[in-house]
Amino acid sequence: MADYTLEIKDLHVSIEDKEILKGVTLTINSGEFHAVMGPNGTGKSTLAAAIMGHPKYEITSGSVTLNGEDLLEMEVDERARAGVFLGMQYPSEISGVTTSDFLRSSINARREEGNEISLMKFIKEMDGALDDLEIDKNMAQRYLNEGFSGGEKKRNEILQLMMLQPGIAILDEIDSGLDIDALKVVADGVNKVREETGLGCLIITHYQRLLNYIKPDHVHIIMQGKIVKSGGAELAQRLEAEGYEWIKEELGIEDETVNA
Amino acid sequence: MTTVTKLPFDKEYVEQFSQKHNEPAWMQKLRLEGLDLVESLDLPKPDKTNINRWNFTNFEHTAEGETIDSLENVPAQLDDFIDEDNLPENIIILRNQAVAYHTVQEELTAKGVIFTDIFTALQEHSELVEKYYMTDAVQVDEHKLTALHAALMNGGVFVYVPKDVKLEEPLQTLFWQEDKKAALFNHVIVVAEENSSVTYVENYISDNDEDATVANIITEVFAADNAYVSFGAVDHFAAGTTTFVNRRGVAGKGAKVDWALGQMNEGHTVSENETHLVGDGSTTNMRTVTAASGKQTQNFTNKTVHIGLDTDGQISQRGVLFNKTSAIYNAIGKIEDGATRANAEQESRLLMLSGNARGDANPILLIDEDDVTAGHAASVGRIDDMQMYYLQSRGISQAEAERLIIHGFLAPVVNELPIETVKNQLSQLIEGKIN
Repeated sequence: MADYTLEIKDLHVSIEDKEILKGVTLTINSGEFHAVMGPNGTGKSTLAAAIMGHPKYEITSGSVTLNGEDLLEMEVDERARAGVFLGMQYPSEISGVTTSDFLRSSINARREEGNEISLMKFIKEMDGALDDLEIDKNMAQRYLNEGFSGGEKKRNEILQLMMLQPGIAILDEIDSGLDIDALKVVADGVNKVREETGLGCLIITHYQRLLNYIKPDHVHIIMQGKIVKSGGAELAQRLEAEGYEWIKEELGIEDETVNA
Repeated sequence: MTTVTKLPFDKEYVEQFSQKHNEPAWMQKLRLEGLDLVESLDLPKPDKTNINRWNFTNFEHTAEGETIDSLENVPAQLDDFIDEDNLPENIIILRNQAVAYHTVQEELTAKGVIFTDIFTALQEHSELVEKYYMTDAVQVDEHKLTALHAALMNGGVFVYVPKDVKLEEPLQTLFWQEDKKAALFNHVIVVAEENSSVTYVENYISDNDEDATVANIITEVFAADNAYVSFGAVDHFAAGTTTFVNRRGVAGKGAKVDWALGQMNEGHTVSENETHLVGDGSTTNMRTVTAASGKQTQNFTNKTVHIGLDTDGQISQRGVLFNKTSAIYNAIGKIEDGATRANAEQESRLLMLSGNARGDANPILLIDEDDVTAGHAASVGRIDDMQMYYLQSRGISQAEAERLIIHGFLAPVVNELPIETVKNQLSQLIEGKIN
């Protein structure tokens, strides 16, 4: 698998003229798993959305590059084809489009015209991934995310990760709304891709729980729209035991949200 | 001001036309009644669309149509409608109103099923046709266009399914206006007797992009007690054709009439689709899709009329509007006094793909009874940014993402069409508009 480097430098991001990210710098290489943690309202999901190109977010300064290429100049679909994947916290429901058709279109978007994936190969790969994620095969024929439970939507995001095999994945609160069994299944799926493809990953999470199953190499704490502290997996464990208060005290932060 | 010019067909012409087809006396009489009324009656007044300047009178009334020898070798224009690997066993192809091809399974005929063109039916089953032809469903004197239709009817199909006969295979018709100036005054009657069931699917086809002509179509569907009629259609007249199409069903006790209509005309169109739920416990499910891409003005009405007890009427309209089209979608639930426990539900959804397109969805409930349930939903909107973002975030291009969303938006109706080739052909038409 090719090597990828996603480099975020001094990224400032606004939504409706309100600045949310105030200078984030972070580099993710193939094979590295970075966890970005922080309380609610500190800008975690904004980081994910800005990298992918969410239409409501405006980059006011800074840069994001993938293997040296300016990602911010690319359209959303170009970013995806370049190798970036975002597992979304709130994926859209798309009526009338089956999950299977959507997946095939996504795979074929990465291939040359005339070199589309064969139906047999596609079904084989999809069935394998559905089994890994313990998803009922009927889901493939259901309309994309329509009427899916929260857990089904999350599994569907990881299904896409497994099928698309990106270079760098961003997983935005992929653990929210999952019970412990579902969480393990989802984590197993991510770990499988990690082992097989050398995936680089940015895991955004509120809770340390997910990181028991997907071991991060690096942990970053975000507050007030900036990374305020970085460390190894032990940092996440300390957060689990002690919460965020000690960091706020250490750094003299009273209100950790971006409103401050 | 109205520009409807004087009709170029007189009494003598209509009499001769009727005689040429060896019609029964009652039919000729009905034609002349219609002709008499044409001058005095007004055009219909579809809600929010002014049709006074539309062409309803400039056309040729007849044209010759050659026969087609075999379904394996149909003219190229019809290729998409015939599944070569699974040739239809019950099909009528009308080419410029003339029967070009006709086949029906012997076992159906043996059971008393009638599936024939309207002129043959008038000769061979005169009394049966007379019972249903513009009597209990559509009336001659409703407006100028129904009267004109009665006077000039020049094609159509008659379907009759006897009591207790349940057809497994669909009946299919292709109405192909090969001649660019010939008008089609098509009359379709589908009768399903008590406890019978039938699936009928029709296509209208023409390619007169420049030449002006007219399609004036009346369809009458009768589902007797506990009968089931599934009616599918794809209308695709070219830009030169001004279309008035009225499809009306009458449902008896416990009967069900379902419609799945693809309304894909390229020219000005008024389309009225109506089901009268006369019998207790009768139901209808009316689904329509439109994709309009030119400069045409179109008006679509779906209406359920609740008369019996415990009736259920569902309307679902979906439209995608491109370019400079203008389209009105009326969904009407009319519940008569005494139609206790009626349920009328309407849903109209429009997707606007151009700033120059105009679309309007009007849900209308007219209720004269207290003990009923009714609901409606209407929306006119653009493609959702978040849906686009989601699809594009998987590498799907903007154009492909739009394509998926549009097909998906129309899928609930497209998927209802009971014949695979007709479904595919409708998808192709939608695809053509997207490109």
